[in-house]
Amino acid sequence: MGTPNDMATGDESLPARQLEARELGCLRGGWPIFAGVTFALSAGEALVLVGTNGSGKSSLLRLLAGYLPVAAGELLWRGVPLSKDPDLHRSRTRYLGHLDAIKAALTPREDLSFWAQLHAQPDRRVEAALAAFSLQELADRPGRMLSAGQRRRLALARLTVSPAPLWLLDEPTVGLDTASQKALVAAIARHRAAGGMLIMATHQALPGVTDAAQRLDMNRYRPLPPDPEALLL
Amino acid sequence: MKSWLALIGRDLRLAWRQRGDLFMAVSFFLLVAALFPFALGPEPNLLLRIGPGVVWVAALLALLLSLERLFALEQEDGSLDLLLLSPLPAEAIVLAKAASHWLTTGLPLVLAAPIVALIYNLPFDGYGVLLLSLLLGTASLSLFGATGAALCLGARRGGVLLPLLVLPLAVPVLIFGTAAVDAMLAGLAARPHLLLLSALLLLALPIAAFAGAAGLRQAAE
Amino acid sequence: MTLCFLVGLAWALVFSPADYQQGDTVRIMYVHVPAAWMALFVYLNLALAGASLLIWRHPLAGVAAEACAPIGACFTFLALATGSLWGKPMWGTWWVWDARLTSVLILFFLYLGYMALTNAFEDQERGRRAGAVLALVGVINLPIIKFSVDWWNTLHQPASISRIGTPAIHSSMLWPLLIMALAFTFFFIVVLIQRMRGELVAARLRALGRLSVEGR
Repeated sequence: MGTPNDMATGDESLPARQLEARELGCLRGGWPIFAGVTFALSAGEALVLVGTNGSGKSSLLRLLAGYLPVAAGELLWRGVPLSKDPDLHRSRTRYLGHLDAIKAALTPREDLSFWAQLHAQPDRRVEAALAAFSLQELADRPGRMLSAGQRRRLALARLTVSPAPLWLLDEPTVGLDTASQKALVAAIARHRAAGGMLIMATHQALPGVTDAAQRLDMNRYRPLPPDPEALLL
Repeated sequence: MKSWLALIGRDLRLAWRQRGDLFMAVSFFLLVAALFPFALGPEPNLLLRIGPGVVWVAALLALLLSLERLFALEQEDGSLDLLLLSPLPAEAIVLAKAASHWLTTGLPLVLAAPIVALIYNLPFDGYGVLLLSLLLGTASLSLFGATGAALCLGARRGGVLLPLLVLPLAVPVLIFGTAAVDAMLAGLAARPHLLLLSALLLLALPIAAFAGAAGLRQAAE
Repeated sequence: MTLCFLVGLAWALVFSPADYQQGDTVRIMYVHVPAAWMALFVYLNLALAGASLLIWRHPLAGVAAEACAPIGACFTFLALATGSLWGKPMWGTWWVWDARLTSVLILFFLYLGYMALTNAFEDQERGRRAGAVLALVGVINLPIIKFSVDWWNTLHQPASISRIGTPAIHSSMLWPLLIMALAFTFFFIVVLIQRMRGELVAARLRALGRLSVEGR
């Protein structure tokens, strides 16, 4: 996985690929989560989100994936607002949240080949993905037999099954041992070498990724409380 | 289209791995149908009169059983988020899930319906119309059901809520479905009713696709 | 509104002529028919408010839709109750599976479903939007339900029982009926505005409460 051509999902050349956020704000269930988030990423770059619990890291990732509406500000892909074409944005985004999306009755191989088919990818990618996270020996075990760390590895392997220029990872290292962390670092390195971008929320330093990335401290974007007087009018 | 079939294929495989669940809906269907003679007495003419209605009501209730889990399972384990980022638009996801619900619940019910028809002494020449009407009707019900299930995602007491949303919408299907069988038994043409059932199915497709997709997108927020 | 009600009620209950067949029971019609109209009218309003919530994401539309539902459900219930009261002397039973009454009954269930769905979410906004989708589905299905129930009725009751509100109605009855309908509409608007105002105040209170928590 990893020649630049593999990354093509509607986008043409490499260097111009770019994600830009201007003064982003987010509301969930009427509660303000963050405001004024601004950053820019070009091809091959990574952004690490840090911040205390509840500072809006997960919400920002969900907003970037298109699940949450942009409440304020602008989110641009090469200067074009994402909301212009949500279908296109789906095809260039891969998301990994807190849940591993593993079916108890499916083996890792079946699971990965389903996602490969869904994304119209050839089956050889499945074997490559299994190998990248040393899942070959587990490949024919049903999902319910996997440990938490193994499930996480399978969820990460799923990212590499179908290439896309933007990875959004929410605490990807939870439950991973050192060997698996190395596999993740290697997968991220290949993704970035092919021009992919990465936005990752984490509490943990991941050598090889967090030290070569921009940092965004979400604590700085706490929304300002509105004026109580204004509410009383 | 290939991705769409892949999703249905996965659901069928999951259903097959847990095939005990498939029989539960069918058993429930047969059990409900078998309750009516206990409540109303075993008089053959009465059973013949209520037979088509009983088949339909029992099928409707049995279809509701597995609806709640249709999207809830996908949401609980995080698959829904990933599906929404797949090349399939949300509308196609709803239709695929409705199709797999129909294949795993509706179709077995249709196949089990002759047993109910048998214990209600329905004449054999009515079976064709009964099965055809059930085929068309259960498909519409799966579509309306998928819509309701998508809207109920993340709600409290989804299990009770879902029938409350879906059953009023199911009234036309029930009416035309039983009317088709009744007409057949009375020696009248069942064709107009079957055509109306088909029209309902065609109408249910876009409604389910758009409303269900709206429900899924809301659930992901 | 009060004036309309006073004039309408007085005209309907006292001055309008009694029906030569139905006697004084016809006066139930002056409540029943407007209530049934309003049941439908409020559902349309609900669906329209829902549509504007989904299209423009305006929070006020959601408040309006949610405020519509209980009012509409009450009108629907009133239509069912008066229909049943009217049915007792006319048909000899409290309930007849008449096509119109049955359609109104299903409409009542649609209201109940909407209210149950909007209240089933922790996040109020999500509940309103899910409800809005349901209301739109319901409004598309309403003509189909109506058609199917009529169809069902003709199948099972070939000799149709006399229905409520025949089109040929004498003007001495039509005028009080229209005035009552107007009064019901005003009533709906006034209650709707009251409910929305109440909901907005409640939302403001919740926001203030939130501030006092976040301020720490």
